[in-house]
Amino acid sequence: MIRLRHVRKSFGACAVLRDVSFDIAAGEVACLIGPSGSGKSTILRCVNGLESHDGGSIEVDNVLVTPRSLPQIRSAVSMVFQRFNLFPHRTALENVIEGPVHVLRRPIAEAREHAMALLEKVGMADHADALPRQLSGGQQQRVGIARALAMEPRAILLDEPTSALDPERVGEVLEVIRGLAEGGMTMIVVTHEIAFAREAADSILFVDGGTIAEQGPANEFLANPKTERTRLFLRRVRHTL
Amino acid sequence: MQEFLTDAAQFMPILLRGLGVTLLLTFGALVTSIVLGLLWVLMGYSRFAPLRWFSRAVINIIRGIPIIVQLFCIYFVLPEWGIDLPPFAAGVLGLGLAYSVYQAENFRGGLTSVDRNLIEAGTSLGMPWSVLMRRVVLPLGIPAALPSLGNTTIMLLKDSSIASTITIAELTRAGQLLAISTFENGTVYLLIALLYLAASLPMAAGVRVLERRFARR
Repeated sequence: MIRLRHVRKSFGACAVLRDVSFDIAAGEVACLIGPSGSGKSTILRCVNGLESHDGGSIEVDNVLVTPRSLPQIRSAVSMVFQRFNLFPHRTALENVIEGPVHVLRRPIAEAREHAMALLEKVGMADHADALPRQLSGGQQQRVGIARALAMEPRAILLDEPTSALDPERVGEVLEVIRGLAEGGMTMIVVTHEIAFAREAADSILFVDGGTIAEQGPANEFLANPKTERTRLFLRRVRHTL
Repeated sequence: MQEFLTDAAQFMPILLRGLGVTLLLTFGALVTSIVLGLLWVLMGYSRFAPLRWFSRAVINIIRGIPIIVQLFCIYFVLPEWGIDLPPFAAGVLGLGLAYSVYQAENFRGGLTSVDRNLIEAGTSLGMPWSVLMRRVVLPLGIPAALPSLGNTTIMLLKDSSIASTITIAELTRAGQLLAISTFENGTVYLLIALLYLAASLPMAAGVRVLERRFARR
């Protein structure tokens, strides 16, 4: 469903993505892991067109990501951000209906109803009228996930969704993401939560130095990493957790 | 003192009428400057390069010409091209135009303070430029520009005295005429100064309230 072929991306002289290729099937949950600065977030941002890629190709549902196709791509692929990026001047509910009402042109009543159902799903219905600053990080992120779902996307890209959270708030967000995985949502998750990857991911892609250094089914990947570099990384991450 | 008070009581109605004109002029020019300033800044953010160049050029040209010269151009030169504006309209237009470039800079400051991440959030929802501006950038950026907009308004109030040079009977000109005819320079100009203060101090207080409100966020 999402297909990258030889994707390259540089910021000035700094080559962030050197040659990235992978396929994500519909319904698949893929975790991107790897050291910081390896290009994980940049991969997501290229898929959604927040960054343009310099070479190679990215396809979503057989539609090539180009400047012209961006509206179509963005309606198919939603994004969840590390720092939530909720609109601070709008309530939780308003954040969720923003896209449906002002981009998809849904009637407000219908959008509100759908949004309330989504807030219910992420356990935030009681806080529908709260402003983001009145919510904890975990609560904000759950609203962020509801906002992404409100676009009825074919896939969701999550960029370190729990990295900015207090440790005791991580669980509630992972719980929601796990629920989506069980519901069959296609997701690419950039994460450092190896335990979560083991449990919820179908596949794991290890990003290192701007390429996919190793990939495989989650269990196999974690139990039996093939390269020394991956082993080293896994050991270090497990150690710090 | 006694004499000052009787003089003041006698001059006050004329000066208050002048103050009324000053306030009207300031208000008209403020509205004009905000509308034009927003226009310049939105042009400056356009994806269409000639609009950006135009906005940049307008700002640099207007900013580089003294306000009094701009007023003369509008009031004395435009009529030669068949555009004959009454003094008050010329004053509103001239001051509004002159101040629009400062307003544009105020707005630009406010808009650039909007968190880039929020713009990305909107973009990733698929918002086109116009929706992004209307729903995210302007609602967040304009409040952030309000304190500096308040300061500019106080400057505008004072600079409205320049309109006295194109025969508008605002506070300064009303006072000048009064001073010439009565020779009571001291009393008249003291009263004028006090009246400008009386108008600007509440504005300054308003600006402080705004600053405090936006510092809290």
